[in-house]
Amino acid sequence: MGIFIAVGIVYVLKLFFLQVIDDKYKTMADNNALRFVTQYPARGKVFDRNGQLLVFNEAVYDLMVIPKQTIIKDTLDPSYPFDTLGFCSLLDIDKTSFIERMNKAKKESYLKPSPFMTQVSKENYAHIAEVLYRYPGFYFQTRTVRHYPNAIAAHTLGDIGEISPAELEKDKEENYYKQGDYIGKSGIEKSYEKELRGEKGLKVMMVDVHNRVMGSFREGELDQEPVAGKDLYLGLDADLQAYGEQLMVGKIGSIVAVEPATGQILAFVTSPTYDPNLLVGRERGKHYQELQDDPMKPLINRAISGTYPPGSTFKTVVGLIAMQSGSITPATCFHCSGPGSLPIKCTHHHGPSPDFANAIMNSCNPYFYESFKATLNNPKFGNIKNGYQYWKDMTYKLGLGHKFNTDIPYERPGNIPSREYYDRMYNGQWNSVTIRSLGIGQGEVLVTPLQLANIAAFIANEGFYYPPHLIKCFGDGTPIPEVMTTKVDPGIDPRHVRVMKQGLRTVFSGPAGTARRYEMSDIPQCGKTGTAQNPHGNYHSNFIAFAPADKPTIALAVIIENGGYGATWAAPIASLMIEKYIRGYTKREDLEKRMMEGRISYKNER
Amino acid sequence: MNERNSIIGKIDWVTVLIYLALVMIGWFSIFSARYNEAHPSIFDLTQVYGKQLLWIGGALLVGFVILLIDAKFFNVFSLWIYIFFLFCLFAVLVYGTATKGATAWIDLGGGVKLQPSEFAKMATALAVAGYLDRLDVDLQKRKDQIVTAALILIPMALVLLQNDTGSAIVFVSFIFVLYREGFPGAGWVMVAGVTAILLFVFTLVWSQKVMYIILGVLLVLTLTYYLITRKKGIVKMLGVFAIAFMFVFSVDYAFNNVLQEHQKNRILVLLGQLDDPKGVGYNVHQSKIAIGSGGFAGKGFLEGTQTKYDFVPEQHTDFIFCTIGEEGGFLGTSVVVLLYVALLIRIIILAERQRSTFSRVYGYAIAGILFVHVAINIGMTIGLVPVIGIPLPFLSYGGSSMLAFTMMLAIFVKQDANRLNVL
Repeated sequence: MGIFIAVGIVYVLKLFFLQVIDDKYKTMADNNALRFVTQYPARGKVFDRNGQLLVFNEAVYDLMVIPKQTIIKDTLDPSYPFDTLGFCSLLDIDKTSFIERMNKAKKESYLKPSPFMTQVSKENYAHIAEVLYRYPGFYFQTRTVRHYPNAIAAHTLGDIGEISPAELEKDKEENYYKQGDYIGKSGIEKSYEKELRGEKGLKVMMVDVHNRVMGSFREGELDQEPVAGKDLYLGLDADLQAYGEQLMVGKIGSIVAVEPATGQILAFVTSPTYDPNLLVGRERGKHYQELQDDPMKPLINRAISGTYPPGSTFKTVVGLIAMQSGSITPATCFHCSGPGSLPIKCTHHHGPSPDFANAIMNSCNPYFYESFKATLNNPKFGNIKNGYQYWKDMTYKLGLGHKFNTDIPYERPGNIPSREYYDRMYNGQWNSVTIRSLGIGQGEVLVTPLQLANIAAFIANEGFYYPPHLIKCFGDGTPIPEVMTTKVDPGIDPRHVRVMKQGLRTVFSGPAGTARRYEMSDIPQCGKTGTAQNPHGNYHSNFIAFAPADKPTIALAVIIENGGYGATWAAPIASLMIEKYIRGYTKREDLEKRMMEGRISYKNER
Repeated sequence: MNERNSIIGKIDWVTVLIYLALVMIGWFSIFSARYNEAHPSIFDLTQVYGKQLLWIGGALLVGFVILLIDAKFFNVFSLWIYIFFLFCLFAVLVYGTATKGATAWIDLGGGVKLQPSEFAKMATALAVAGYLDRLDVDLQKRKDQIVTAALILIPMALVLLQNDTGSAIVFVSFIFVLYREGFPGAGWVMVAGVTAILLFVFTLVWSQKVMYIILGVLLVLTLTYYLITRKKGIVKMLGVFAIAFMFVFSVDYAFNNVLQEHQKNRILVLLGQLDDPKGVGYNVHQSKIAIGSGGFAGKGFLEGTQTKYDFVPEQHTDFIFCTIGEEGGFLGTSVVVLLYVALLIRIIILAERQRSTFSRVYGYAIAGILFVHVAINIGMTIGLVPVIGIPLPFLSYGGSSMLAFTMMLAIFVKQDANRLNVL
């Protein structure tokens, strides 16, 4: 009898230890029988400023694997042994690929699901899902991919891709993403990742030993519904964007158009571009490689990553700062000896001592060199270095030499050299002659097309701008970040800006205006040409413009690499963009045809 | 009617109620373990739980009939019942169907299969009780000792030949009876048996060399003790040590050459010498997960995920205890363990109050059989005993074991009810 009681006590003690004290078995049981299926929310759709659909979702299926569950040792199990060959032929892969994928999954986690094959097409999905029960450890997870009906604005819209180890590391604190999740990689997909992605949901399913789903756990008590991502309305005008991309075919460069009253970007063209649908789906990697290897570098967004010498378009900045500092007035005249001028020759023919209006219309180099010099040497700054500091600070306030940091990833700051830079460069021995090129937008000064467009918007607004940005609003009415709705006043008297504006009007309307050929009788335009020397060959053809002159609705910058004179390519393209945006079509079909069909040959073209 | 009423008044209701409680727990556990949403009724005869109900009904009927039969019948016919089941065991060896490596089943047709080894335990208990009850039998006599041992060893050997090691081990339980009845050396055999198991385990865990050293140290200590105290029996002690050395020496050989591969693995897993939760250790690993995940109060009836979704193999037969552990938690398992302990103690109490040797011996025999079954079955599910495939009495699914255990118990209850009629 004693032995019965003794054994009884030992067993009860062991059970107490097993069931009450030790809780590792509970976790093991959950790992056994519960499968936590992530419910992916629908990513937000993207529309243009007029509600035209730019990005939507398409369902794809990811084949997931739990490596632990693919190994069956029980010979009584009907799925023993795992039919690798059958599985390979089902997926149309070879055995090496199977082993590679399997090893990758095992390396990720032995117990948790990892993607085995991503983005299986709808047709293959139906075919595979039917017999998947024969292959324990495998199941499908539905997910959506992006689709672009218009195939425009690839760089702006950006793309999504599998999260990288570095991004995972960054997410460590929030711990939202898992290996294999998709994340915005560029464009607005990156900058509005949080809003677009929504919140993942969770479904707790019970599975049996063969990994068949047996139903939801506790009637879905622990389930979390996914929250769909927010829709996004961009400031972009899809038609204008498409038109700009057409105009840029065969040219390298960029068009950036903004709405001066809001800072919203209307067109964000970089050329060459590509079809955003190429970077979706299983061929993404291959296409990406092809684009990467393309000598024309279509993946670069030149609107923000291209830094160019602004050339004569920069004379607007130089002139405004000179006026604001009181170094010149609109009536100030400087002497110009034409091509014989020193230290900078003039490339235009006009009277010997132009005033401001005349100088702007004719893009007189000596006039703006003298204005620049007058600013730096203005006695109120004490010395040239302080003068330069003032000048640099003003350019900074005008949005040059730094990023706007709104919602455009991978922006580059451009370059306005610091006085310390020149001190190092010239051992402290420098003056306005040393850095004279700055006065005409050459030398060390570099700007992005976005920065240049912002200068145009600033002048159009007669003294202020909103940091240029892509978003117009969220679909659910959530306010957009404050930085984009905060007016920036660089501190230049609107009186001076109006003088500048009148000057820019004469570029189109004046008898000697450099863009007079593109004047339209019913849409008064303002602009400034630039013909920028650069180390890569022929001049860059630059142009900034806005219209209509009295109440501008569009301001833009155009840069055509190696296009020659500003008036050759950039000015007509800018003018056509203006007409397209304001009128909706062009009356100048010959010009349009010439621009669209025009090709510039580049040396790295094959 | 009078006879029936009197029987109801005389039977030991404690035993019967514990029995009924265990049977019900078993039935509900089988229902939960094999719950099929397409067949949500526990009475659905197409499912194992419905079938188990049939077996329970059949067993209750047979048990009731036994209570109505004259108590002396089993004593008088014990040898014939024994011979009948020995014949069945032979028949199984010749005609039987094999399941999971053991040839232990007779197909009666119509999908009904019986396992004679389940009944052979009861028959052996009857035969041993019947033989020892004879007035001319004296366990101190060599001849009677041999006959008694043969009565136990013959069915055990036949079951072993069926490759049903688990059932064969159950016959070891008769050592309890022999000990109680004064079979010379039975006590020593039990001590030697336990010592042998310990030596076996330690040899496997620590290797032979370590065991030689330990035994050597013990030998030196013992010899010193004998020499100092000048006690007698030093030769006997030397003999004991000689046997122990020989045993240890032969463990490796026996382990590697006598045991079958799966038996070796199960022992190694139990001793922690082999860690393979996916392979040979799968059953025990999953079983422990199921029981361990039950916690204190369990997951609730039909809420177990481990047993319901087939993670535990044999969950409605040999591993039915897992369902109780997972869904009933520590409360459920300890209730079941306590019920068994109570039943065993009750049987021993009843056995001790019997006037006839037959009833007493039979009572001890079935207590031993039930104890070995329960200890091994529950022990294996919680990793205290190597995996040995024998059912949990009254709980596991299976017609043969349900019928055999019910008959076994019913016969004893009948004997007990009739004890006052024995002169």
